[in-house]
Amino acid sequence: MLRQIEGSKAVAAAVAACRPQVVCAYPITPQTHIVEAIGAMAKSGELTGCRFINVESEFAAMSVAIGASATGARAYTATASQGLLFMIEAVYNAAGLGLPVVMTLANRAIGAPINIWNDHSDAMAVRDSGWVQLFAESNQEATDLHVQAFRLAEELSLPVMVCMDGYVLTHCTERVDVPTQQQVDAFLPPYQPRQALDPADPVTIGAMVGPEAFTEVRYLAHAKQLQALARIRDVADEFGEAFGRRSGGLLRTYRAEDAEVVVVALGSILGTIKDAVDELRDRGARVGVVGITSFRPFPLDAVHEAIGVAPRVVVVERAFSIGFGGVLSTDVALAIADAKARVSTVVAGLGGRAVSEASLIAVVEDAIAGRLEALRFLDLDQRAVERELARMAGDRRSGPSAENLLRDTSTVASGSV
Amino acid sequence: MTTTQKVKFYQVGSFAVGNRLLEADQRTVQSDASRSNSLTSGHRACQGCGEALGARYVLDAAMRATAGKLVAVNATGCLEVFTTPYPETSWQLPWLHSLFGNAAAVATGVAAALEAQNRSDIRVIAQAGDGGTVDIGFGCLSGMFERNDDVLFVCYDNEAYMNTGVQRSGATPPAARTATTEAVGPDPGNLFGQGKDLPVLAMAHGICYVATATVADLHDLESKVERAMAFRGARYLHVLVPCPLGWGSAPADTIRVARLAQETGLFPVFEAEHGAVTAASAIRHRVPVEDYLRLQGRFGHLFDGSGAVARPDIVGRLQQLADRNIDRYHLLEGGAS
Repeated sequence: MLRQIEGSKAVAAAVAACRPQVVCAYPITPQTHIVEAIGAMAKSGELTGCRFINVESEFAAMSVAIGASATGARAYTATASQGLLFMIEAVYNAAGLGLPVVMTLANRAIGAPINIWNDHSDAMAVRDSGWVQLFAESNQEATDLHVQAFRLAEELSLPVMVCMDGYVLTHCTERVDVPTQQQVDAFLPPYQPRQALDPADPVTIGAMVGPEAFTEVRYLAHAKQLQALARIRDVADEFGEAFGRRSGGLLRTYRAEDAEVVVVALGSILGTIKDAVDELRDRGARVGVVGITSFRPFPLDAVHEAIGVAPRVVVVERAFSIGFGGVLSTDVALAIADAKARVSTVVAGLGGRAVSEASLIAVVEDAIAGRLEALRFLDLDQRAVERELARMAGDRRSGPSAENLLRDTSTVASGSV
Repeated sequence: MTTTQKVKFYQVGSFAVGNRLLEADQRTVQSDASRSNSLTSGHRACQGCGEALGARYVLDAAMRATAGKLVAVNATGCLEVFTTPYPETSWQLPWLHSLFGNAAAVATGVAAALEAQNRSDIRVIAQAGDGGTVDIGFGCLSGMFERNDDVLFVCYDNEAYMNTGVQRSGATPPAARTATTEAVGPDPGNLFGQGKDLPVLAMAHGICYVATATVADLHDLESKVERAMAFRGARYLHVLVPCPLGWGSAPADTIRVARLAQETGLFPVFEAEHGAVTAASAIRHRVPVEDYLRLQGRFGHLFDGSGAVARPDIVGRLQQLADRNIDRYHLLEGGAS
């Protein structure tokens, strides 16, 4: 059903159509609208058979989801940023126990300095947790990915995280084809748990495992992720047939066939990148895009095939590994290790900074001209950074850097200036 | 050093009575050959472990009270480790271990799932040691209490982090030696004026049922579990379980030490409903705290080599704590509220 709707509310409607039985909610910006909307549906009776629980922390939110899922119920929660980090022990635990919890991650930066705006630092922090991580490019895809997520999670007994950019998607109102109850019921069968706490068939879940079997248990988690690679593609195909539109899958390419420069990215920034590529194509540059939907499992073969023989690859990332560089770039470089392409990382859009089409075009033009470094921070205010470095070098008690920078750039007056 | 102990066939002075002298319906769950054995034999607990004893009684009583429809959630700790060395398990009921600090929240999730599936006939117990209850697990526990989720949370309190090697917790008593409250300096052992009184904090949430018990009175423990299972909503049971390893007490003295904790007044045994104390177990043979302390190596620095009190100041302060409990819970007057 076509609706003019906020991204969060579209996701809430899709999750509700999946008939979750336990939803746990803890507020954190920019995720909160999603659980608010589900809570309203559970309370009004629009969503039946659902226990909506206001918990006292994100750690409890994931823990309640673990208990519910282990008891054979379909469990859902949503979080962002600091909330994800606060629940991280339980995030790993849900994956280790093989529980098909579905969670929305409304991607947001991690402090300090505290920042409520979008980047992908939160998702990268749980990259190795064993969760499937799917990135939505648009609100339509975010909505559709949730329906696919429950299907994937429950088939594979794996938790699935749908990553959607905070504000850019969660708070953006646009046209979304919201799945109907009938469509979802036809696509998503009732949850059949592989393991469940049941007095009629008592099992022990969560035993201690020593060196004699830990590697094998961990390898099984990896094997399930490899199975997920195939299933993510198939489920997206089945979704396409059932709903009449493409959403999800491992990755999508855009004008990449003969490209000399391939730009790789995750999430909503792909829209701006495609606009930049259209402009560059109009100018005669052979530029294409690979948008990755499945970050974990990472589709090495599909990325290899999609990039092909392009000599230059620019990975635009909304996060980075401090002291090293790109995160996604490392994975992309491994996928094309035999191709001799030059891979550059462009760190962009941290903490909600706008990524303009003009800046992206300049980056690609630099790549074509061989001027793009291995690691570039897009639109970095180099003068501000150097001023603070000089201050730190000159004065032992130079004070808090974030506040110094704000004062220098006069963006915000934090108290007296 | 070899110690000898006289074996008694009857526990003189305890007022305990053999099951065979009771009517069949008054006998303990453990005396019933058809009990569930929820925590069955063969586990790896230390000799004289109070927690293993307490958990066995609690779970079998709960199993009887629920006609076998019970799910247990366990925090990380001794009870989890000694019962489930992969690939073995001692649990003969559905049992889930997730993390150290989240047993109460996981149990909330189990109860919510059962409700969503119209299976609320199945009941939920969460269990943890004192660390998983009063310290790292307290946030989730307090949340479960205030939401009044249908869970009985059982704390097996051995007054320190025993699984990691006897470190101080928020339930460690003053003056006790642990690996992180060494018996050195002018104030040896754990400091006075610290620690959490979890039963009182549980009562402050206004939940329907709070009780304390020890493994010295197992009949009382069983009856409190049965009482707890008669309620719906959040409930809390705090069981004192001596730890021979951590307390430096003889494995054969576990029951004796637990009994002395109650009879000195250091550990008040009581019940409360909706925030108000409804009953307390009277002290029948009041004993000075030094009788309790002397049996335990963790208080060894309070005594000299001959067993005489070497730190009367500290023993005196502990006696004051016991006296305050006796006063607060009217423990010499047949219990009261």
